Amino acid sequence: MAELDIRLTLNGEERSASVEPRLLLSDFIRHSLRLTGTHVGCEHGVCGACTVLVDGQPQRSCLMFAVQVDGASVETIEGVAPEGELGPVQQAFHEAHGMQCGFCTPGFIMSLTALLRESPGASDDEILDSLSGHLCRCTGYVNIIEAAHLARARMNGGA
Amino acid sequence: MAPEPLIGRAVPRVEDERLLWGRGRYVDDIHPEGCLEAAFLRSPLAHARVIRVDVTGALGAPGVVAAFDGAQAAALAGPLVFDMARIVPEPVRRSVDPLVRVQPMPSLPTERVTYVGQPVAMVIAESRYLAEDALQLIDVEYEDLPVVVDPELALEPDAPLLEPEWGDNVAIAFNFRKGDPDGAFANAHVTIEERFRSHRYMAAPIETRGVVASVDPFDSRLTVWASSQTPHLMRDFLAGALGYAPDRLRVVAPDVGGGFGMKGSIYPEDVLVALAARELRRPVKWVEDRAEDLASSTHGREQVHQIELAAGADGRILALRDDVVHNSGAFTTLGLVVPYNSFTHLLGPYDIESVDIRMRAVLTNTGVTAPFRGAGRPETVFAVERAIDRLARELGVDPAELRERNMVRADQMPYATGLVYRDGADQVYDSGDYPGLLRKARETVDAGELRAQSTDERRIGVGYAAYTEGTGVGPFESARVRVEPGGHVVVSYGGASQGQGHRTTLAQITADALGVRFEDVEVRGGDSGEIPQGFGTIASRTLVLAGNAIAEAAAEVRERAARIAAEMLEISPDDLELADGAFSPKGSPGTKLPLGDVAGFLSPFNPARPKGEPAELAAGSIYRPSSVTYAAGVHVAVVAVDVATGMVELLRYAVAHDCGRVVNPTIADGQIAGGVMQGIGGALYEELVYDDAGQLVTGSFLDYLLPTASETPELRLAHMDVPSPLNPLGVKGLGEGGAIGPPAAIANAVEDALLDLGVVVREGPFGPSRVRDLIREAATAGRDKVNTVGS
Amino acid sequence: MKPAPFAYHAPDQLDEVLALLGDHDHEVRLLAGGQSLVPMMNFRLAAPEVLVDLRRVEALRHVRRTDEGELAIGAGVRQSTLLREPLVTEGWPLLTEGARHIGHPQVRSRGTVCGSLAHHDPTAELPALAVALDARMVIASSTGTRELPADEFFLSYYTVALEPGEMLLEVRFPQCTPHAGWSFKEVARRRGDFALVGVAALVESGDDGEVSSARLVLCGVGERPFRALDAEQAVVAGASFEEAGRLVSAAVQPTGSIHASAEYRRECAGVLAGRALAEAWERAGRG
Repeated sequence: MAELDIRLTLNGEERSASVEPRLLLSDFIRHSLRLTGTHVGCEHGVCGACTVLVDGQPQRSCLMFAVQVDGASVETIEGVAPEGELGPVQQAFHEAHGMQCGFCTPGFIMSLTALLRESPGASDDEILDSLSGHLCRCTGYVNIIEAAHLARARMNGGA
Repeated sequence: MAPEPLIGRAVPRVEDERLLWGRGRYVDDIHPEGCLEAAFLRSPLAHARVIRVDVTGALGAPGVVAAFDGAQAAALAGPLVFDMARIVPEPVRRSVDPLVRVQPMPSLPTERVTYVGQPVAMVIAESRYLAEDALQLIDVEYEDLPVVVDPELALEPDAPLLEPEWGDNVAIAFNFRKGDPDGAFANAHVTIEERFRSHRYMAAPIETRGVVASVDPFDSRLTVWASSQTPHLMRDFLAGALGYAPDRLRVVAPDVGGGFGMKGSIYPEDVLVALAARELRRPVKWVEDRAEDLASSTHGREQVHQIELAAGADGRILALRDDVVHNSGAFTTLGLVVPYNSFTHLLGPYDIESVDIRMRAVLTNTGVTAPFRGAGRPETVFAVERAIDRLARELGVDPAELRERNMVRADQMPYATGLVYRDGADQVYDSGDYPGLLRKARETVDAGELRAQSTDERRIGVGYAAYTEGTGVGPFESARVRVEPGGHVVVSYGGASQGQGHRTTLAQITADALGVRFEDVEVRGGDSGEIPQGFGTIASRTLVLAGNAIAEAAAEVRERAARIAAEMLEISPDDLELADGAFSPKGSPGTKLPLGDVAGFLSPFNPARPKGEPAELAAGSIYRPSSVTYAAGVHVAVVAVDVATGMVELLRYAVAHDCGRVVNPTIADGQIAGGVMQGIGGALYEELVYDDAGQLVTGSFLDYLLPTASETPELRLAHMDVPSPLNPLGVKGLGEGGAIGPPAAIANAVEDALLDLGVVVREGPFGPSRVRDLIREAATAGRDKVNTVGS
Repeated sequence: MKPAPFAYHAPDQLDEVLALLGDHDHEVRLLAGGQSLVPMMNFRLAAPEVLVDLRRVEALRHVRRTDEGELAIGAGVRQSTLLREPLVTEGWPLLTEGARHIGHPQVRSRGTVCGSLAHHDPTAELPALAVALDARMVIASSTGTRELPADEFFLSYYTVALEPGEMLLEVRFPQCTPHAGWSFKEVARRRGDFALVGVAALVESGDDGEVSSARLVLCGVGERPFRALDAEQAVVAGASFEEAGRLVSAAVQPTGSIHASAEYRRECAGVLAGRALAEAWERAGRG
């Protein structure tokens, strides 16, 4: 199939590419753009490891085609904090031991970042709802929930 | 003044930063220039003769570089032969004289397929997309053969045979008796007999398997990056299978996204991808997709126990009889390992004089079963712990109380069970306070207030599971500690990390053993090129084996460095102290000779260097344990069952755990919590279901249900850690324990909640439909009983 | 699991969408949220030759109250809108409550209301809610539009009354009676999963303080949303909510799956129906 030209903003930078329509957004990010921090765990929209922000909303990139982000703004784990720094959600994951193998972690961080940016005072239930769109096999989630609460406390006026 | 030890401290992990930045390097992130991608055509049938495989259609497809069928694969490399699995230590042979049949596994079959998902052909193309397109153009002709999925049916005389030459489907068989079980059963005050089934589920790490193979165009060395827990074993296996000298083949496990035992096996794809890279002289990558993972990565847990207990009036268990049937799946790649683990963990923490055990592992047309977090222990604990609860009900005794009465006491340690462990050593529980763990668990769960909330519609139940766990199994692990002239300490070890935090915990051990700062230590593993010998990270062994190997190597480095430093300072080595990476004479803490300077002193450029000393300040060590050291735990689950809908809510889950000396409390608790959640997954949500035709019904995450954060209970962890007397560090393994208890504890809790309704629990997972089945069946049985009584 | 190749279009006008849909020489599918379609494509269970993406068509993004007081939701509207848009949360709270059970934020921010309706997984919440609320489906093709009551739209598993070349353009929900009580109850294995069984209930009370009308629709008990007419009538005639539940159990003919047997679904339908009616009645101010 013929390739289509797309233009998008990726982590704040203008990017353009020629892609086959069926190229999944997850593969585009990982292989065409070589940003491998976004991971693939299931390719049917359940595990959430592939979560990126599209126009600020957390989306499963394995359920989108690259052509669908033409004109959109995409944010990945690599863009969440300035180079060499850790954003508040990332820092919280580290402090709360919310990660072990790290494979599911970028996805969690993208969803939580989107949620806490939009509602820094998100309720426990809203946090749980967001986290439940992700699977983790290492941590048992306990410390991930703690990391989320820690991040909320810091982003909600440092309470 | 000695610095505070690193061991025991909750040091934050050094692994995190780069992973948080998205700079982890997992197998699929590795893409050498010109790398091709593989896709596999997999058998849609559970049992069939392969009449014809025609890959020519695929060869003509866009972007396809090669296609392999079974005949071509066989011409390039032999079948996978699992020699290690055939080894039976002599003491094991004397004790149980096991039948152990391990058949070779074709990389791609030429004659028969024996499970759905078995790889049948391989296509190599410029992209995974194009490779998958080409799969559809491969033509395979099969001739159906009868299918057997249930292991008990596979034992029937007329069952379809997976290995016709064997005459039956029995891959492993052994018996064991001790004491006088027949006498005990004949004279017992009470006996119970039950059939319990542990259902099939699996590791399902979020990162699936994957392998990249690349042959260096200049020197023909083969490098393989694999999402593996055992890179050295993979190297040895591939070297044999492909005809490489081991030092011309390097296997690297980069960042690995969870393993849980599943990535400790060797698979056909590992051999085939390496083979393709060599044949095509281009790098080749294969990343498993989730559908492949659920069908063809190893499974676990499926076991049926026909178990009997005989007890005295005082509740003391006099004898245990168990006829165990273990479902091996289509191949037994690891021989005795899992069934034998089930055997040696059957008695658990209990003091039982007479035992009569029959174990058979059976081939069926289902996915291969192999070690998965617990590796035979969860399924055996399910049977025993359920049996103990049934005995408690029969006796009218509280289930926790009955356990305490029968537990091996702390003053009975070391306690010999009379069994021989898989490594050939007599099974001896070396240390632990099992009744203490039980009391601690009861205290921690504090179930009273929750029980008080029970109503007829929403019934609260409490369930226990107690277990022992042999950890730190041999044969060995290797380590090397090297001090660089700048003071940087590099530790190489033969294991590999999949998230356990080895780079942190092993650095803590090194810092204490060597007398250096934690920050100056770098731990490197998962690479057969980093250290020539190694075994791998499986079976809760790395802290015990690699940890002690590192401590030994560090001690040797320290001793040698002290000698050299003493020479440099012209004092006696006994007058030197080493702390924070620097020597100082006792009494002159201000004078510091950094360890790095001592290393630099050995430089060949140094005319004053001591004669005869090696150029590096380094030492290697192979640590071989005498046998396993026993961790133990007691789990308690508190559930609420909605009687009308069958929904089980897990209110609280407590673990009292003995993992020996704790190196990093935060990491230790993280391991336990992760294990518990995988166990909860198995108890309530996860089930691999095959239909009678051997089709895997649960072929995606839409049907194979993993728990999410919303399904976590309130988790309470308590430690009662008794240091191991069997190794200098006093550590025990702890990676698996969390997963051993939940299926039993939750089953016991569900039955406890529904006891008044006459429910008996024999098999999970406890989804709402099954729970309602149990309630309905109990009601019908109750009515039948009343009717019979009345008539 | 990579999808098969397809041609892709992302027009910004509705008539272009309809023209592309009208191509009878190729298998054409619409791409709205993709949460149902793309997994099927990745598994190669679906392999459309042409994919028409709705994302650029502004005319489909409306959520508005019509002159008749109906809630009109266009084909491009995300499921998350049902949770956030005050027009919905205040005027059609049953819809909001049901939507809370759909997946997770990541799914709802992408999946569309009309997409879920047109996909018709019979364990999904939205089809049952559409029938419960007496929705009307506005269907468009290149030759015009037509309307269908929700109850006639859902035919069988993954099958709706759309002819080739037709799309679900909009769904319209009639104005809710202000003091009607509502409830949505669901049993699912995990939070956010498709329902094993789900019940939407609406009740109104008359001047005499008794139930004057009742509406009871279930998902997960058959190939399409099940409207429990017997139970509705019984409740209006004065039957208890438990009795209504028993009638529901007697009336449904579910099929079993590995997650829930037919017997379970039958039983659970009755239990949830009773609970949903009770809660709806409470909300009607008469509980």
